[in-house]
Amino acid sequence: MTARALRSAAWKRYNWRVIWFSLLYGAFLLPAVYGFKHHLISGPAAWVVAILPAIPIIAIFASMGRYLVEEQDEYVRMLMVRQMLWAMGFTISCATIWGFLDNFGLVGHVDGYWIVMVWYFGLAIGSIVNRLTLGDGGC
Amino acid sequence: MLMENRLRVLRAERNWSQQDLAQRLDVSRQSVNAIETGKYDPSLPLAFRIAELFELAIEEIFLSPSRHSSKAI
Repeated sequence: MTARALRSAAWKRYNWRVIWFSLLYGAFLLPAVYGFKHHLISGPAAWVVAILPAIPIIAIFASMGRYLVEEQDEYVRMLMVRQMLWAMGFTISCATIWGFLDNFGLVGHVDGYWIVMVWYFGLAIGSIVNRLTLGDGGC
Repeated sequence: MLMENRLRVLRAERNWSQQDLAQRLDVSRQSVNAIETGKYDPSLPLAFRIAELFELAIEEIFLSPSRHSSKAI
């Protein structure tokens, strides 16, 4: 992220939200892993416990959307939007390619939540593209 | 097609740094740099803020792409 954005109130709020949701993610994930590993959870509760770690991740994505709404600097906001578009394009491209490779038995199945990591990698690609084309990396 | 502008000249006339101008416009220095170098066209509200700061009309700062290209021909 650019220097101004690092200082902007919107960016600070976004960072705090990500920190809190990351802590919440850990708080949900660790008991879930422990519970399932030791067969302590079953029935409808198992569904709830299994889905709970996903909620903070979803909240982090929502925080990104909130950041776009709150960021007052239109140029910095555009950099972030460009990054997100690159991340989206990269992610759906990877998912499509992997889907066909998987379908034809050339690669193994991958857990769906890895798509989040691919998306974040796409954000990094977007930052590189921003730096190469505009001279500013963005987030 | 991005617009050309006279922002760098107007800023230099007032001995303002990019950071000075950015603070007056409440935007990032990167925004000022991107506009000055023609990498980014500001929104209409920001263009108005720039024009009001320099007490000029928008078209006195930002060159119309259509008129500018016809002159070039």
